[in-house]
Amino acid sequence: MAQTFTKTMARNIFYGGSVFFFLLFLALTFDTSMALPERDRREVLDPNTELGRQIAHGKALWEENNCIGCHSLLGEGAYFAPELGNVYVRFGNNTEAIKAFIQSRPAEGIPGRRSMPQFNFAPDQLEAIAQFLKYASEINTAGWPPNKQG
Amino acid sequence: MKYPSQGVARLYFIAAIALFAAQILFGLIMGLQYVIGDFLFPAIPFNVARMVHTNALIVWLLMGFMGAAYYLVPEEAERDLIAPWLAKLMFWIFLVAAALTVVGYLFVPYAGLAKMTGNELLPTMGREFLEQPTITKIGIVIVALAFLFNIGGTILTGRKTVVNLVLLIGLVGLAVFFLFSFYNPTNLVLDKYFWWWVVHLWVEGVWELILGSILAFVLIKTTGVDREVVEKWLYVIIAMTLITGIIGTGHHYYWIGTPEYWQWWGSIFSAMEPIPFFMMTVFAFNMVNRRRRNHPNKAAMLWALGTAVMAFLGAGVWGFLHTLSPVNYYTHGTQITAAHGHMAFYGAYVMIVLAIISYAMPIMNGREANSQRSQVLEMWSFWLMTVSMVFITLFLTAAGILQVYLQRFSDAPMQFMLVQDKIAIFYWLRELTGLVFLIGLVLYIWSFFVASKEPGLTSAAVDQALKGNGGTAAAIA
Repeated sequence: MAQTFTKTMARNIFYGGSVFFFLLFLALTFDTSMALPERDRREVLDPNTELGRQIAHGKALWEENNCIGCHSLLGEGAYFAPELGNVYVRFGNNTEAIKAFIQSRPAEGIPGRRSMPQFNFAPDQLEAIAQFLKYASEINTAGWPPNKQG
Repeated sequence: MKYPSQGVARLYFIAAIALFAAQILFGLIMGLQYVIGDFLFPAIPFNVARMVHTNALIVWLLMGFMGAAYYLVPEEAERDLIAPWLAKLMFWIFLVAAALTVVGYLFVPYAGLAKMTGNELLPTMGREFLEQPTITKIGIVIVALAFLFNIGGTILTGRKTVVNLVLLIGLVGLAVFFLFSFYNPTNLVLDKYFWWWVVHLWVEGVWELILGSILAFVLIKTTGVDREVVEKWLYVIIAMTLITGIIGTGHHYYWIGTPEYWQWWGSIFSAMEPIPFFMMTVFAFNMVNRRRRNHPNKAAMLWALGTAVMAFLGAGVWGFLHTLSPVNYYTHGTQITAAHGHMAFYGAYVMIVLAIISYAMPIMNGREANSQRSQVLEMWSFWLMTVSMVFITLFLTAAGILQVYLQRFSDAPMQFMLVQDKIAIFYWLRELTGLVFLIGLVLYIWSFFVASKEPGLTSAAVDQALKGNGGTAAAIA
């Protein structure tokens, strides 16, 4: 590097640049948080409603069974099993189909094949998970995924 | 070793390598499950193997960073650690917490682990990479605070160098952004938005500062190049890292419910994220070419150059491959992501930790560098692991391209599982290459045992040998 470019200048670019772009990031985050209510379906999450409680319960079950360890949700997670952000749409906009699939998994797996574990969920738990996945499918994801196969 | 307290790094490095071995074993299990779906089912389902694979990686890299800090901070600050006993105590707490967590993953169903550890009181589990029980996360925060107290206190009361300050900024950032792992709202978009503040702002932000400062330290020590030159490079590199990487977070905000303008911010800024990695490569080769001494530890130098190249390829090139939003629309959440993740983590973070271990371990064992035979073994392990990681990445990329085409791009998109069957050949090739990686790892560990049995190399011996070779030393000087 040329002699005219000193270490002090490099240091100032580091501190100045980092602070500037972090503040810009905070500003964008603020703007995003203003725009989200129109996109993230938060109206169905109201904990004072039966549906809101079901979705919260469904998300807790999703997390406590580490579903993300095999599946992706809105494209994030593991890539071992299908995307579930749009599973409600893929299953014909039908929560019953989702519940039936989860219930149908054999406890000992399928010889030679990948298979989802049998979680032995109670009926209210199945309903909660299905409602959570339905909610996820209703988030405005800018048109992703490209088709219903996820 | 100039200061006795630097020696605590030894514990951290040994534990890091042990966890590295565990990570690779579980990686091989997962790789086999990709093609033999019921392998170890239901005893170790895929999600459990994956948790061990990714969490072991994170913990051993953190162990490596901590070990690196305990080793290099006293040397840079020209004083002993303010509390070596605390460093030892925190090591055992961290190790036991990590071991218990892994035992929990393997022997208790995940939902049972959540119940046992009271996840409902403060739900943080079950999110990718943040699967640890809440109590483990609290343990990580305590260990991190004690670590920062020790390192920060040593830095602030000693000689302040750029290497130390940059390392400290990186480590403080690491601790601060980890706090977002405790924020887990029901609103999935907000959950994901701030989850990235841990994940992205770690690996494409503050961890790169840690990487840069460790690399700068190793290069100063092994090349003897003037500190002023190295420090200027370091500032420029990390400036570019944060200038591009902070807004670059936007490349994760394309499809998770956030506004469409992130497609512009994310694409433009993350397209520039390879720049600091490229500069790091130029920097490392420049310093080695302008070296003022011939350090007897050739293996450490190889890891340092290797990390600069592989970080650029894995994080820079393979990141750029799928970072533009029109491309990412098709590649998001496919094997392309997995390909990038593997080479980026190996190149940027695995290799830098192995570089500092390679440099510091012999010194902590009382020799300037390991014996010729030990170094040759280590360099073999370097090439085996690095080349196999290149091929793992290429096979996953091939799998990813086919997956994108069959599942998302063609006129008749196929179901996920049908596509997985079609691309199985690449998963087999990846698994075989993974076995080569394992051989490399075995050689790597073996090189330590060879080193312990033989006298080490010294600078004097290296200079003597070079003089004997017709004045090469004079030419280099």
